[in-house]
Amino acid sequence: MKRATWIRTLVVIGFVLLLEGLCRWGVIGRMTMIPPSEMADQLWKLLQSGRYNGHILETLGNVAVAFVSAVVGGFVIGSILHSLPRARRAIDPFLATYYAIPFFAFYPLLVVIFGLNAAPIILIGFLFGVVAMIINTMNGLDRIPRVLIKTARVNGLGPLRTAWLIKLPSAAPQLFTGIKLAIAYSFIGVIAAEFIMSTSGLGYSIAYAFNNFDNRTMYALMLFIITLVTIVNAFFHVWERRIMARRGQ
Amino acid sequence: MSGSVVDMAAAQRGRGFAREPKPGGDMAEVHAELTGVKRVYPGADGGSVHALGPVDLKLARGEFYSVVGPSGCGKSTLLDVLAGLSAPTEGSILFEGREVAGRVPPGIGVVFQEDASFPWLTVQDNIAFGLRRAGTDAAEVDRRVSYAIGFMGLKDFRKAYPAQLSGGMRQRVCIARTLVMQPRLILLDEPFGALDAQTRLLMGDELLKLWRETGATVMLITHALDEAAMLSDRIGVMSARPGRLIADIRTEWPRERDSRIAAEESFGAITSRLWGLLRDETVKAAGMSGSSR
Ligand SMILES: Nc1ncnc2c1ncn2[C@@H]1O[C@H](COP(=O)(O)OP(=O)(O)O)[C@@H](O)[C@H]1O
Ligand SMILES: [Mg+2]
Repeated sequence: MKRATWIRTLVVIGFVLLLEGLCRWGVIGRMTMIPPSEMADQLWKLLQSGRYNGHILETLGNVAVAFVSAVVGGFVIGSILHSLPRARRAIDPFLATYYAIPFFAFYPLLVVIFGLNAAPIILIGFLFGVVAMIINTMNGLDRIPRVLIKTARVNGLGPLRTAWLIKLPSAAPQLFTGIKLAIAYSFIGVIAAEFIMSTSGLGYSIAYAFNNFDNRTMYALMLFIITLVTIVNAFFHVWERRIMARRGQ
Repeated sequence: MSGSVVDMAAAQRGRGFAREPKPGGDMAEVHAELTGVKRVYPGADGGSVHALGPVDLKLARGEFYSVVGPSGCGKSTLLDVLAGLSAPTEGSILFEGREVAGRVPPGIGVVFQEDASFPWLTVQDNIAFGLRRAGTDAAEVDRRVSYAIGFMGLKDFRKAYPAQLSGGMRQRVCIARTLVMQPRLILLDEPFGALDAQTRLLMGDELLKLWRETGATVMLITHALDEAAMLSDRIGVMSARPGRLIADIRTEWPRERDSRIAAEESFGAITSRLWGLLRDETVKAAGMSGSSR
């Protein structure tokens, strides 16, 4: 392991131990937070009891649908906008200010339109992720050196093979950034939407535990989400590093 | 490898880049022909940039032709238009008797001025790219790629990615990628720009050897007058933008030649004649007032 990795690991472990100590010595009251070891213990029990399996699967399903449609939709929309410079110039200001919009304020409206089911939740996750993918797709396509496209033509590649064999790999680093943001944003969108107004899912379960002063369940579920997101991110991180290492970046 | 950038032994094994020998080999046969070719680019705010022409040019099959001219005079544009990468605004282009229109005809190979290696492929996959797309069988791809890797002195870098190579080595990868396709007309746009002076000389020698070995027609674009004088059968001198061919100089070198002809008397004469023709154009292109009387 690299030195920086060691330091990072030590910082995290140190922080967890500190939290554990503060909670156990009563510096942080039990009504505020339970010690991390109890969170882990409680999470283990929750998972074993299977009581939350339904909620977990539902949330993961929502995130997966939101994420995949954000990546595919963002890629398609980004590619189309890239080929239409006028439309792109018209839309650019909206994209630039997009993340300043407080989506969740419109959530009740979406519920009115779609009903109290998974659709508005997935839609929020999608809306959160799609624009990051659009922006990064266009960014990646912008950066393809013209000489590579010329090389494709010298080799007699048509538009489809050029897209698949040249444009896609050439834009891969930026597409990757888009994918990473899309997964993070889909998680945020889905869980936050569940939190605000839903009758199931992880976000709902946390809110429910919070409202019932059930700190043990609430913190156990939070720990679950943090662990899950960390694993997913680590997976993408390793994959990205592998691709970028070849390119000497 | 010692001394040379490229592996001479590999070169001597021969036939690596060579096509089946063609009967005849009539030097006077016209291989490519440009007639009244002009290229105007749409410029900023509705204006236009007249980059090239009108240009009339005939390339004989198997000849080594170079183009020199001040920077920005339209040399790369000439190459793009001849290769079918961009359409001429006016005029016509024939390659092997057929109109070049809208696509690059098979048989033309191009080495670009910019680095055109694919960063996501290894050296050997870069070089094999065109062959694989053309559906060449795997054994033949292997044979030609190995030969090219040896010839270009890239043996220790087969599995390396372009990011791990110097600019000059990347350019060699691009040259190899073009040569394995065994093009009949090779267009090179300042291919040695990224190399130091000595390596340039050696690469020039290798280019000459390749040219003799393959019998291909070569058009080399360069800003180095000595390079043009040393390598070419014939040199076209271009004016400042819009680029027109203002002189056509034959060197009369024998087909068997290398960089040592730089010691010949006529080498100096050709180089200074080129400079005499280009000086005013270069002053014009650079926007300097100069001291041309
Ligand atoms: N795609 C393009 N669009 C507009 N202008 C261009 C384009 N390509 C080249 N030019 C212009 O045409 C002129 C000739 O360019 P180029 O052929 O690249 O010159 P050279 O290769 O001799 O340096 C330059 O003034 C350049 O700015
Ligand atoms: Mg140029």
